[in-house]
Amino acid sequence: MSPAPIRLEAPLSKEEIEPLRTSDVVRLNGVIYIARDAAHARMKRAIEAGEPLPLDPEGNIVYYSGPAPARPGYALGPAGPTTASRMDPYSPLLIERGLRGMIGKGLRSEAVIESMREHGCVYFGAVEGTAALLADCVKEAEVIAYEDLGAEGVRRLFVEEFPVVVVNDLYGGDLYREGRGRWRR
Amino acid sequence: MRDLCIEANTRLPQEHLAALRRALEAEEAELGREVIERLLENAEVARERCIAFCQDTGYAVFFVELGSDVRISGGEIGSAIDEGVRRGYEEGYLRKSMVRSPIDRTNTGDNTPAVVYYEPAPGDGLKLTMLVKGAGCDNMSALKMLTPAEGLQAMKRFVVQTIERAGPNASPPLTVGVGMGGPFEKAAVLAKKALTRPSGEPNSDPELAFLERELLDEINATGIGPAGYGGTQTALAVHIESFPTHIAAFPVAVNLDCHSHRTASAEL
Repeated sequence: MSPAPIRLEAPLSKEEIEPLRTSDVVRLNGVIYIARDAAHARMKRAIEAGEPLPLDPEGNIVYYSGPAPARPGYALGPAGPTTASRMDPYSPLLIERGLRGMIGKGLRSEAVIESMREHGCVYFGAVEGTAALLADCVKEAEVIAYEDLGAEGVRRLFVEEFPVVVVNDLYGGDLYREGRGRWRR
Repeated sequence: MRDLCIEANTRLPQEHLAALRRALEAEEAELGREVIERLLENAEVARERCIAFCQDTGYAVFFVELGSDVRISGGEIGSAIDEGVRRGYEEGYLRKSMVRSPIDRTNTGDNTPAVVYYEPAPGDGLKLTMLVKGAGCDNMSALKMLTPAEGLQAMKRFVVQTIERAGPNASPPLTVGVGMGGPFEKAAVLAKKALTRPSGEPNSDPELAFLERELLDEINATGIGPAGYGGTQTALAVHIESFPTHIAAFPVAVNLDCHSHRTASAEL
C-alpha cells in the first residue's frame, strides 16, 4: 500500500511545498489555473510589453491542459494534462514571479528545473488518459482571459482532491529519472 | 462517420482494454499499477457517459479500403468524411484541435480536415478505419533512413531509442507502430497504419511477428513504465508493417500511440 495522499490547498506558500518529495502522491484542493501553449505565448508578450498578466503567478499553480467541450451539467469537459516541455521556454518567466506549481506530463528542461529550485516551485505529474476522472475533480471553471483561443483560453478552476504526483521537487528529485533507473533491466 | 468519430473517442477497443488489463497483472511497480487502474476506471466512466476519455481528441485519421466495384454518387467521399468529422466532433463534445497551417495557427473550428489514406481493394465493399491520433505521442515519433549495411540491428536500436527519447512524453503504456521499407513517406504511412491493427494481433509473417515480440521485450526493459513513473509495462504492443524497398535503402518509421489508443472501424 502506498502512503496516504498529502492534501494541499492552493494557492500555496513556499513553506507548504518544502516538505514535498519526488513520488509523493498529492491531492490538490482550491484554485488552480489552466493555461497552455498559446496562452503562455501571450503571457510572455504581456510581460515584455509591461502589461498585466491574466493571472497572478504568486503562490499559484498552472495546469497545462486544453479541455474538451463540457456536456451540459459538467463544470468542465474532459481535461487531462498536455506535454509540459512545450511550455519550457515560458515557464521561468512565471516561476520568477512566484509560480508555486505546474501540472503536466513529460520531461522538463534543465533551465526550468533550475528555476524551480531557485525560486521555489514544484512540478506535478497527472495522467493524460484519465481526463474524464480529472474533470470530475473540477467543481467550478471559468474562462478568465484569452477567450478567443477556445480550448487554449486561460481558465480559473476550483478543484477538490485533484490527484497528482510530485515529479520534480525542490531538491533535485526527478520521478521520471528515478523510476526509469529503478525498473530498467 | 459522425458515429464513428464519437465511438472512437468514447469507447476504447476491447483488444486495447484487454491489453491494459494484462499490463495491470504484469506490472511490478506499485505506482505503475495505480496508473493503469486509473486508466481502466477512466475508460469505464467515459463509456458510460459518452464523453471523451482524453481531452486531445486528435487528428481524425482514416484508412479507406475502397472496393473497385463501388461507385460513389451524390458527392465526393473526402467531403463526406469531413462532414462526418464536423458533425461528430461538434455533437460528441469533442475538442477541435486542427489549426489552418503550422504558421497561421488559427483553429479551423471543426477539427477538419480529416487525414485520409485511400487503398484500392477488390469487390464491392467500403471499409473505413478511424484512428484518433493525439499529438503528444505523435510529436515523439521519428523516421530514419538507415543504410542496408546498418540493417536489422540498427533498426531495432532506432525503435528502442525513439521510445527512450520519448520517455514519459508519449503517455505510456504505448502502442508502437513501426513501418519499414518503401521510400521515405511510405515508411511513415505504414507506421501509422500499423497502429490500426487490433492491439497485440501479431503480423501474419512469422519473422516479423518474432521481431514484434523481441522489440516489445526490449521496450519493456527500459523501465519507463506507465505514465513514465517507472515500471515494467512501457508498451502494450509493437505492430510492424513492411514494404519492399530500394537496393540502397532501409527506411524505418516509428509512430507512437499513447495509452488512450483509439481506433474504430465500419464497413458499408
